[in-house]
Amino acid sequence: MTESSNRNLETASDADKLRRVAIDPVSRVEGHGKVTLLLDENNRVHQARLHIVEFRGFERFIQGRPYWEVPVMVQRLCGICPVSHHLAASKALDGVAGAGTIPPTAEKLRRLMHYGQILQSHALHFFHLSSPDLLFGFDSETTRRNIAGLASAHPELAKQGVLLRRFGQEVIRVTSGKRIHGTGAIPGGMNKALSMDERESLLSELPQILAWSRNAVDLIRKLHESDPALYDHFGLFRSGMLSLVGAQGELDLYDGTLRARDADGRILLDGILPEHYGTHILEEVRPWSYMKFPFLKQFGPESGWYKVGPLARIQNCDFISTPLAEQARMEFMAYRNGAIRHEPLAYHWARMIELLHAVEVIQQLLSGDDILGTDLIAHGVRQREGVGIIEAPRGTLIHHYRVDDNDLISMCNLIVSTTHNNQAMNEAIRRVALDYLDGREITEGLLNRIEVAIRAFDPCLSCATHALGKMPLEVELVDVEGRQVSSLYRDAEFA
Amino acid sequence: MATVSLAGCFGCHMSLLDIDTLLFPLLDKVELDRSPLTDLKSVGPCDVGWVEGGVCNAENVEVLQAFRRQCKVLIAVGACAINGGLPAQRNMLALPEILEEVYHTSPGLVRGRIPNDPELPLPLDKVYPLHEIVQIDYSIPGCPPSAEIIWSVVSDLLAGKTPHPEKHLLRYD
Ligand code: SF4
Repeated sequence: MTESSNRNLETASDADKLRRVAIDPVSRVEGHGKVTLLLDENNRVHQARLHIVEFRGFERFIQGRPYWEVPVMVQRLCGICPVSHHLAASKALDGVAGAGTIPPTAEKLRRLMHYGQILQSHALHFFHLSSPDLLFGFDSETTRRNIAGLASAHPELAKQGVLLRRFGQEVIRVTSGKRIHGTGAIPGGMNKALSMDERESLLSELPQILAWSRNAVDLIRKLHESDPALYDHFGLFRSGMLSLVGAQGELDLYDGTLRARDADGRILLDGILPEHYGTHILEEVRPWSYMKFPFLKQFGPESGWYKVGPLARIQNCDFISTPLAEQARMEFMAYRNGAIRHEPLAYHWARMIELLHAVEVIQQLLSGDDILGTDLIAHGVRQREGVGIIEAPRGTLIHHYRVDDNDLISMCNLIVSTTHNNQAMNEAIRRVALDYLDGREITEGLLNRIEVAIRAFDPCLSCATHALGKMPLEVELVDVEGRQVSSLYRDAEFA
Repeated sequence: MATVSLAGCFGCHMSLLDIDTLLFPLLDKVELDRSPLTDLKSVGPCDVGWVEGGVCNAENVEVLQAFRRQCKVLIAVGACAINGGLPAQRNMLALPEILEEVYHTSPGLVRGRIPNDPELPLPLDKVYPLHEIVQIDYSIPGCPPSAEIIWSVVSDLLAGKTPHPEKHLLRYD
């Protein structure tokens, strides 16, 4: 695995002599977080940290609740990818309900729901939140750098983004009853079948959705190719990667076993069953963030950290099972002649390949007749413990529960996607701080670069809050005595 | 119009985006001030403030008070804003006990300790509904409220009318 190259920027040795710059809240990300920088009198960066600042304690207060409530409660951790939590909890509790495998139609409906979720979340992240940086430039006018600016400058693109997201939300609605916080999955299976009409109405829209998804991959590829000097180097750091892969080594976002590779692509761990996650992954607590720092046990906290999410997944798998996305993946890998890619901005490219894959999977699932089946629930002998792992839009999501004799939860442990990327995001902002801010007069555009690096990971700081925090980004300058010098980004109400 | 998520899950914001292409006429009519969708970090004078989530830490209190100062009309959106919602489940327990378990005694932790850096806003003893901190003009129930009711309330306000959503849109799930 990889030692951090910027580790010394985690903690400055003489913090009280330095100026503090904070970006609070980080915007156009899902959730709240904040970044602080410590600078000396020559504007050299001595410390850069991404903090998660809100605490919820979900793991504690879920204890004592009946286990069948959990899939519905837990999605309220995050309204951006509620389906990921809903399904990870259901998968963990399938085991508890004694359903080793759920009926085939139930699994297909869950997959349909999940890929609908991948589609809506990736579309939201790319079109609504990140594309303004890439299309208008990092230094473009603050008031224009958002979805409203996109809608007036590129109305067709904005429309496609909104309708791609809408289609994903509709897939979720027909499988779970509501677009947000539905109730489709239950421990042991599903409680809602798909009707013929629902299937037909989705299928009729698919050709258009597929065409727009292909456009999205082309768009991000062309952006990369048009400015390699920026895209290939911005925020660059090397690390290993972690994700689920399917039984044949294919990209599988719903189920599989854990695989980890090092920064050069060598496989370090493979075929790890979900229930064994605890033997391989530990988490470190650092006093300056409510978000923990996970790492692979055998490599230790210094070098065992890794990245998760689209960029990790499409390189960790051996292939993608759907033709158009596999073609796009081959082009992605050919860009560096097959070498592992680490550029944070390549996350967007990988994300659009997954978006295309999700549309292809939705099409396959809807085309088979067994998706209309009504055998949806399996029963078996009650167990006391279950682990469910799923690839959420932003990366590996782990849910682990123990249940007592009265069917009440007695233990809950969650490791959410964004938490796995904690060290990786901190590395990226330290790289950007060194490359762009170090020794310079700070401007709004320079600070936005820090946010651009964070946005590449599509962090869901709302999820990360579950037990942990949320993320505002604020930048303020304070002199050696702690007096405020400049407050470029500083939130007036915090003064 | 300004929007913010305090101790919420962003689901209410997602429901706002679920108005789908109606977003475009909306963005034609309103200028977005501070919001997770823009890069404006502090709230300026606004006609409408749209708040998701309850109040769980010292920073939430400050942001909410700033919204009240700057916004003519303040709307509490969703169960969390109205009564604390799911995060308020922690109100049954003592905060130190939860922090202790999550950061100190739960399995798989290395160097377990409770994060205490001054950069982290202090959590409040309980999660509070918005109306216990500032005056709220309207509340939209639901977890999240549907896109239809959000659209109905926002378009009434934009037309200068008192919001009157149809009965069937008022749902509490
Ligand atoms: S009311 Fe529901 S959807 Fe809205 S923030 Fe709270 S949990 Fe999320």
